[in-house]
Amino acid sequence: MLTDLPARALAVVETVEDQLPNDNIARRLRELGFVDGEQVQIVAKGPFGAEPLLVQVGFTRFALRRSEAARIRVRQLEANV
Amino acid sequence: MSAQTLRLALVGNPNCGKTALFNQLTGSRQKVANYAGVTVERKEGRLTTPSGRSYAVLDLPGAYSLQAASLDEAITRDFCRGFLPGEKAPDVLVCVVDATNLRLHLRFALEVRELGKPMILAVNMMDAAQRRGIEIDLDLLARELGVPVVQTVAVKHNGAQALVSQIERTAEAPHAPTVQLGEGADLHTETRRLLSLAVSMPRRTAHIDDALDRWLLHPVIGIVAFLLVMFLIFQAVYAWATPLMDLIEAGTGALGEWVGGTLPEGPLNSLLVDGVIAGVGGVIVFLPQILILFAFILALEESGYLPRAAFLLDRVMASAGLSGRSFIPLLSSFACAIPGIMATRSIQDPRDRLATILVAPLMTCSARLPVYALLIGAFIPQKKIGAFNQQGLVLFGLYAAGILSALMVSWVMKKWRRDKGEHPLLLELPSYRVPHPRDLLIGLWERAAIFLKRVGGIILALTVLLWFLLNFPAAPEGAIGPAIDYSLAGRIGHAMAAFFAPLGFNWQICIALIPGMAAREVAVSSLATVYALSAADDDAAAQALAPLISDGWSLATALSLLVWYIYAPMCLSTLATIKRETNSWKQMAYATFYLFALAYLASLVTYQVTKALGGG
Repeated sequence: MLTDLPARALAVVETVEDQLPNDNIARRLRELGFVDGEQVQIVAKGPFGAEPLLVQVGFTRFALRRSEAARIRVRQLEANV
Repeated sequence: MSAQTLRLALVGNPNCGKTALFNQLTGSRQKVANYAGVTVERKEGRLTTPSGRSYAVLDLPGAYSLQAASLDEAITRDFCRGFLPGEKAPDVLVCVVDATNLRLHLRFALEVRELGKPMILAVNMMDAAQRRGIEIDLDLLARELGVPVVQTVAVKHNGAQALVSQIERTAEAPHAPTVQLGEGADLHTETRRLLSLAVSMPRRTAHIDDALDRWLLHPVIGIVAFLLVMFLIFQAVYAWATPLMDLIEAGTGALGEWVGGTLPEGPLNSLLVDGVIAGVGGVIVFLPQILILFAFILALEESGYLPRAAFLLDRVMASAGLSGRSFIPLLSSFACAIPGIMATRSIQDPRDRLATILVAPLMTCSARLPVYALLIGAFIPQKKIGAFNQQGLVLFGLYAAGILSALMVSWVMKKWRRDKGEHPLLLELPSYRVPHPRDLLIGLWERAAIFLKRVGGIILALTVLLWFLLNFPAAPEGAIGPAIDYSLAGRIGHAMAAFFAPLGFNWQICIALIPGMAAREVAVSSLATVYALSAADDDAAAQALAPLISDGWSLATALSLLVWYIYAPMCLSTLATIKRETNSWKQMAYATFYLFALAYLASLVTYQVTKALGGG
């Protein structure tokens, strides 16, 4: 999951999982570019409780709360391990 | 000119520079209103081309997708499809995309293209793209998309020339896009194909964004930088505005004197001078503070810093039942709750927006300062506690009490509400930009106009009403004591006194609370009236008043009134704004009730505890 990804490590999105039927948040995440094969990276974390996460996807940065990021399954790229 | 004006609509993602482009196309000839029945801003302007043709241009709310997730997006969707009641469908869609953010924006452009309407793609911010070494083959893109593609630089003079010529060509012979994907096609796959064909990009991000974000979002340095920015803003709002405010006060005072001297004595004279000029002047005096605050907010917004502030604060605000996005409206509320409540329109989520609206009146607005200044000056000795001035500490405490109460109230609302579903943050942090003066000025002008229009009407009506209450019926012949004692307001004040006695308020305070409903600071001059003082202006009133009340009132009464003003539910303009923005009498009644109840309870506790401790 994206929430487990170390800061600055490169990863690619595998899928966004619906947490409930007809999950609007998951749909919106897909529209914003969290789709299979897209490269993502956690650029920064919020000052209190490492929340929210600042996520780079495509050419854009989004602030996601952990509960939102927990829908995004990612695969860390080997080169950064 | 054609018989019918062609209608253009600008659509695009948030942060694509659409509004700057709209400003470039239409200049200051803009009309700002709301879409029928909702509080989504509708901006229309007029574009006149060099050939003399004229077009109506609409700036639609930014949207990430036509699968609407917010009211803004639903308006954009319905408008583009021609389903919005009372609005004609646009003839040509101008889809604006940011050249540096094509991965996100092209997908939306594809979605718009599927509507099958005549469309122009404006690739904006080409200057920024060039600086970053991004190359875009616009001809190839136009061929693959099947729509005309032009480049624009919204912040440069004549930066929309190519777009204007293309609008002329499209207006001659509008046609639907020649390429369509059809239902079920994967827009992401198509976006990637287009990017790999037509765009070459050396880096995915800008160096400057990476560098700035590393510092400004740093857990420690970022917070320090944030506090510095806030300190600077408050310094500016309270220090820089003073000369202007003095000027306005002097101006309204002079106008009042002139009118008072010119018109014959009588009710009309009194109505104009004491009612209209004094009342409206008492609100306009806050305009410099509001404009300075808004100039800062606009500049921070345009530069891309405000979403970063929201990022830093989201966790804290979310634990209190708000969201990082609530930060901007609450900040505005320190000048005045009215523009603050209007600024909640930037919060898409209805629940977060409502919570923000309801706590905005708890931020210490500048109208409370004169009341605080009078009471602190009269009752709190100027002693040093350590390195701090005791009076300053009390003032700081009053501000802090407002903020803490807001967090507590929103926390309680969070616990109580039935809708416990997840409401996402999903906040884009756009690239940093240098704000353009034209966009700042237009934005500032719009907000000033809205504030004056909204406040003007309400305040005018209320001041006339209050003037009536304060002056009728007149005191009988040979009456002793102030005339206000005999007026309707005076009678109401006496009637209220029993209810407010447990808070330590005497009848004079109760009367002063009534005109304080129009604008809180008027309470000071009203107290002066009640104590039968004739003072030239508010400052003189406060000076003459201080010794009187410090003799006449107990410390417990003074503290109780200070605490009352932390909550101060009786600002009618704020309540009217809540009604208008929520479109609900129920929410307004709810806000009034909870503010009043909090004020009453907190003052009651303050008074009784202080009295028990010997301050009575």
